[in-house]
Amino acid sequence: MNFIGKGIPKIDGISIATGKPVYTEDLVMANALVVKILRSPHAFAKITSIDTAQAENLPGVACILTHRDVPKIRFTLAGQSYPEPSPYDRYILDEMVRYVGDEVAIIAAVDEKTAVKAMHLIKVEYEVFEPVLDFEKAEGHPSVVHPEDDLHCNFDIGLNKDKNIASSKYVEIGDVEEELKKCDVVVEETYYTQAQAHAMMETYRAFSYLDHSGRLVVVSSTQIPFHVRRQLARALQIPASRIRVVKPRIGGGFGGKQTGAVEVFAAIVTLKTGQPAKIIYDRKETFTCTTSRHAMRLKVRLGADLDGTIRALDIQGLSDTGAYGEHAPTVFSVVGEKTLPLYNKTKAVRFLGNAVYTNKMPAGALRGYGATQGTFALECTVNKLAQKLGMDPAEIRLKNLIRQGETSLPYQGKLLGSSTLDKCIETGKNLIGWQEKYPSQEVGSNKVRAVGMAVTMQGSGIAGIDTASAEIRLHDEGNYTLLIGSTDMGTGSDTILAQMAAEVLETSLENIIVNAADTDVSPYDPGSYASSTTYVTGMAVVRAAEDLKKQILEHGAKFLEISPAEVEFDGKTLQTLDGNKAIGLRELAPLLVLGTGKQQLVGTATYGSDVSPPPFIAGFAEVEVDKETGKVDLLDYVAVVDCGTVINSNLARIQVEGGIVQGIGMALYEDVRYDQKGNLLTNSFMQYKIPCRKDIGTVRVAFEESFEPTGPFGAKSIGEVVINTPAPAIAHAVFNAVGVQVTTLPITPEKVFMGMGMEKAK
Amino acid sequence: MQIEAIINNKKVAWEIENDELLADTLRAKGLLSIRQGCDTSCCGLCTVWIEGKPTLSCTTLSFRINGKNVTTIEGIQEEAAAFAQVLVAEGADQCGFCSPGFIMTVLAMKNELKNPAEEEIIHYLTGNLCRCTGYMGQLRAVKKYLGVE
Ligand code: FES
Ligand code: FES
Repeated sequence: MNFIGKGIPKIDGISIATGKPVYTEDLVMANALVVKILRSPHAFAKITSIDTAQAENLPGVACILTHRDVPKIRFTLAGQSYPEPSPYDRYILDEMVRYVGDEVAIIAAVDEKTAVKAMHLIKVEYEVFEPVLDFEKAEGHPSVVHPEDDLHCNFDIGLNKDKNIASSKYVEIGDVEEELKKCDVVVEETYYTQAQAHAMMETYRAFSYLDHSGRLVVVSSTQIPFHVRRQLARALQIPASRIRVVKPRIGGGFGGKQTGAVEVFAAIVTLKTGQPAKIIYDRKETFTCTTSRHAMRLKVRLGADLDGTIRALDIQGLSDTGAYGEHAPTVFSVVGEKTLPLYNKTKAVRFLGNAVYTNKMPAGALRGYGATQGTFALECTVNKLAQKLGMDPAEIRLKNLIRQGETSLPYQGKLLGSSTLDKCIETGKNLIGWQEKYPSQEVGSNKVRAVGMAVTMQGSGIAGIDTASAEIRLHDEGNYTLLIGSTDMGTGSDTILAQMAAEVLETSLENIIVNAADTDVSPYDPGSYASSTTYVTGMAVVRAAEDLKKQILEHGAKFLEISPAEVEFDGKTLQTLDGNKAIGLRELAPLLVLGTGKQQLVGTATYGSDVSPPPFIAGFAEVEVDKETGKVDLLDYVAVVDCGTVINSNLARIQVEGGIVQGIGMALYEDVRYDQKGNLLTNSFMQYKIPCRKDIGTVRVAFEESFEPTGPFGAKSIGEVVINTPAPAIAHAVFNAVGVQVTTLPITPEKVFMGMGMEKAK
Repeated sequence: MQIEAIINNKKVAWEIENDELLADTLRAKGLLSIRQGCDTSCCGLCTVWIEGKPTLSCTTLSFRINGKNVTTIEGIQEEAAAFAQVLVAEGADQCGFCSPGFIMTVLAMKNELKNPAEEEIIHYLTGNLCRCTGYMGQLRAVKKYLGVE
């Protein structure tokens, strides 16, 4: 292998690091109108009157749009393949406003100051309703968040709008209640996970203009160019063929940019005025008016034999999708899908519950996509089982977990293609020093150190749905362009896909131009989400490269006047097996493209997988807890990863480190608070604390490679699975330190301190 | 109002608004490496040097640079690239949105601290947030670049 497994620098690394103008805002034309949004101050209200006359008369204002000016067609902003499972429950602007920050009017003006001034001149009157703020009281609440008649679902997701239920799920394999009755021990607990913010450093932004043929061009910091094109076509009621979506470099996404946040507002201004328009959200808008992780309540019941064999698993969930249902049914389903298969000695498993509408900011996709919430609940419960049985938590997992070549109830007979999770656990135990440190030791002055652990799985792409295409063109100079529609958001996927192509074509990385993503040019790709790019797009790239290589051999053979079977190609030269005749690619390529061959070669492939092979992680945390204050310091975190074959060792490591730290944030710091009226209080980095350099201790990463038979070069995914273990592993370590089981994230000093007080009282 | 300053070693005379912020002025003048991640002085993305000292351009009023030397990463491309190479070799550049501000802070630290210990490095850089990398790779790169253990 020349490229696979190597720590190759990112192809865009030097440019982005040294500040080159490559992001959306850097590319905006100078005369673009500035777009601002007037937002609802109420959590739930109906606009009874809206007067824009004064604002419109302000010099420099190009247009003001209200609910009277937009197509009355409902759509979803969730970036999902058609037909989207998310309900079509929003207009561009609606008469009803459903959370504090919901859009009331769109203002476009020559500059920021004018736009803001105009915004203040708009007079709105509201009829205010009692909002639904507590998601546990949403079902059957007298206020109905979506009373409208034209709400549409592409298929049955269990929506019951009169009861504020956005979607509903029930899966059971075997008879859970029956099996639980037979179990020697049953442990039960209810957990709450918070509406984590993505907090990518580049906030949401896009700009739009009409091109030379009058088509709408939208340049956006998005993970989903093709889905955005489809959303815009529906929302604006123009043919998709009249829309082009371009993705430049992205300053982080984490799933946030898998939901169309801003594109439609710039686009409608451009359509109405004919002028270029840009919209850039500030940090507060990003915190309060986009999407977050779905907050959930998860009740787990787990039944086991006395020897620790897990026999029955029941997870009953409630998910807060906020004001709109973006990703509501799918995030919720993933809670069960990525937890129930993990322990496969079960005789019955069940996952059920609802996602409910509330009058808060909508939830959406965030790295982990339900698996994070599910892992916290399940793994805390498994740790509780170990505690109850007096068993080592690592042993109890090794005893129960699914192994390579085995099946699991939810897999319905399908076999797990690859896993080294058992090795990940062993390696992790050694690295953290489990033997010596478990469960805890006093270290003096009221401090105690302890370790904890958790394991997790995710998927690689969405089985049977994600389908990506790739094209590779041979140019007249013997170099290539790799065309893909996936969206490198900093992950380095453009680089690793080029590595795969270079490996097959036996060429150098410099010889491959990567072009992504532009809906006019790129082959279709759903975009980079659901841990799909390495696995799904990667396989398309490998096959396109193989296709092209075959064509090069065939055409080379023609020029050498011999059968393709008797020619070999080493990336530079085509040569007959007997070595008598040869032609260099540098000679062949121009002949094909501009000479007698008359055929430019293009390798193409489309790939989708009917399985979604899970990557695995074993995570281990060591904490120090101050018994006087409840303060938790994370000292050390060890993550051992099975992502199949590692395609790029450096980029994979950073993905893990970054994901672990985002998980640490969710575990310890990232608190989400609303006031009584539905205002989000944690709307800046002052209130919403993401980890800084001092907050994380040491994060150590190791790989235990497996080989996934269905993946490119044996690879699976890595992008999402990395965020799942910190919350349960840290919670476990805190329990081992001071005997307090924190079941509501984040694990703040107050909760630990209060918990210690309750322990003492007992 | 009019201000005169030296931006990346070039004398400029700029017409600015009284309440204009330096980050906006610099971007408007084409220095597009200036990025902003917040509006509460929390992220460090907008870091430039004023008289060689790392400063948040998002909360500095533009008139304050009157008569001063301002350096952005555009002005020290060679030095920046030397560190960027180490950073990129480590794989510690992800989305890169935080990188210019981070690199300006790292280079200022190099000028300011001799052989800093790990805690000093972390302390100096703590105002530079990064949501992608988890900081460990950045730390490895900084230590390699400074040649410290
Ligand atoms: S933009 Fe965040 S500190 Fe300046
Ligand atoms: S690399 Fe994305 S924020 Fe630092």
